[in-house]
Amino acid sequence: MAVQSLKCKECASEYELGATYFCERCFGPLEVKYDHSDLDAAEAKRRIQAGSRGIWRYADFLPFSGRPSDPLEPGLTPLLKADRLAERLGVAADIWIKNDAANPTHSFKDRVVAVAIAKAQELGFTTVACASTGNLANAVAAHAAAAGLESYVFVPSNLEEQKLLATGVYGTNLVGVRGNYDDVNRLCTQLAEEYPWAFVNVNLRPYYAEGSKTLAFETVEQLGWALPDRVVSPIASGSLFTKLGRGFQEWLDIGLVEGGQPKFNGAQAEGCSPVATAFAEGWDVCKPQKPETIAKSLAIGDPADGPYAVEHARKTGGGIDSVTDPEIREAIKLLAETTGIFTETAGGVTIGVLRKLAERGELQGGEKVVAYITGEGLKTLDATRDTFSMHEIDPSLDSFDAEFAQEVSV
Amino acid sequence: MSVTVKIPTQLRAATGGQAEVEVDGNNVGEALDAVFAAYGDLRERITEDGTLRRFVNVYVSGEDIRFQQGLETAIKSGDEVTILPAVAGG
Repeated sequence: MAVQSLKCKECASEYELGATYFCERCFGPLEVKYDHSDLDAAEAKRRIQAGSRGIWRYADFLPFSGRPSDPLEPGLTPLLKADRLAERLGVAADIWIKNDAANPTHSFKDRVVAVAIAKAQELGFTTVACASTGNLANAVAAHAAAAGLESYVFVPSNLEEQKLLATGVYGTNLVGVRGNYDDVNRLCTQLAEEYPWAFVNVNLRPYYAEGSKTLAFETVEQLGWALPDRVVSPIASGSLFTKLGRGFQEWLDIGLVEGGQPKFNGAQAEGCSPVATAFAEGWDVCKPQKPETIAKSLAIGDPADGPYAVEHARKTGGGIDSVTDPEIREAIKLLAETTGIFTETAGGVTIGVLRKLAERGELQGGEKVVAYITGEGLKTLDATRDTFSMHEIDPSLDSFDAEFAQEVSV
Repeated sequence: MSVTVKIPTQLRAATGGQAEVEVDGNNVGEALDAVFAAYGDLRERITEDGTLRRFVNVYVSGEDIRFQQGLETAIKSGDEVTILPAVAGG
């Protein structure tokens, strides 16, 4: 069996595969340990290609001994070559957009939640829960409904209305906490000790985080079993960022793909940039911040995997940048105008950083760059308000001609 | 100053099953030292070279001490000092 144990990332202590997430000796995070020594690369590739049209095709690399299934299987989202975006950025690099808004609840969180809920069921839980900045709330509520599980979803009470509505509709127990995400997270850490629930990103976090590897696997498959040269990914807790690296590494290790780790560029909002700050200052811990940004899905002031994200960016020759709220709005529009993809504020952060890299001349001709769009624009509509104006006319040809006479040539 | 220090479930083997420990101290560092004096095994798990390990969070009545004066953060009678793992969320 490939899945072995939970292993501390700090001191390497090992634990059984239960609902636990930190090391009792040193408080370090636990991560799933696999043994792939018996896995033949050609056979693994055949199994993937014969697998389902979603994340369970990668079951050999997920924390299950059997083959999980779920009715809302996420994954295999489009990877699109964005030539017009590259042109607008003035670069000769090959820019690819991984549009992970094309998931059941319109964000990459469907991947991690599908894995966590399958694990919760395997471990015998009947109630699932989470601390969320919004996208996770949508995903937990939906996947719990699909699986017939009870759910409790904790969010900051001042979240975007769209994200609240797209959570409550699934019939979950939606709890708005008067505080920021870090307050919600602390409360859930305490609740996880008191209630026999599977908090997907607390006591089930080692399994949950594994779901993000599937974004790396898909990228490799969709590039024709090749690695990108560079990835640009948003950073909130740093889990997605580090698990992309882990996903690429697992396939490098067993020979499913050739080459080396891409350069990793992380993206944060300036109003919540503890990881970008730690990178810039050369720290190996992140100093927590009180978030103040429109990119609420990335507004984690005390990022659990921040130190590992900094380490991975350094090791791969990448970096971690931040962008302002106006830059986020501009980047949302830039992506929409050049690719037809409407992303939420987190995607604006990612494209804003991609633009910074282009402006600094860091994107080389022919370089394969993959930018991860993790969520849907319809969830953060306020970010696009007042960025354009509508032409209002009477229902007559004259009125149209009067409005557009200067612009339209027939 | 008498305060309550809350111990996470996973560390309660080191406190003989106690979820809360009542101690005296003028700041967080002193309160934790008093806990370690009673339950020696906890010191190494929570601190390293005299400072908190990097994945340990400590709160005084709900507020992260890193937004205050760290281990020097003053405490007053009746405060609740909570020790939690920093590896959740996201």
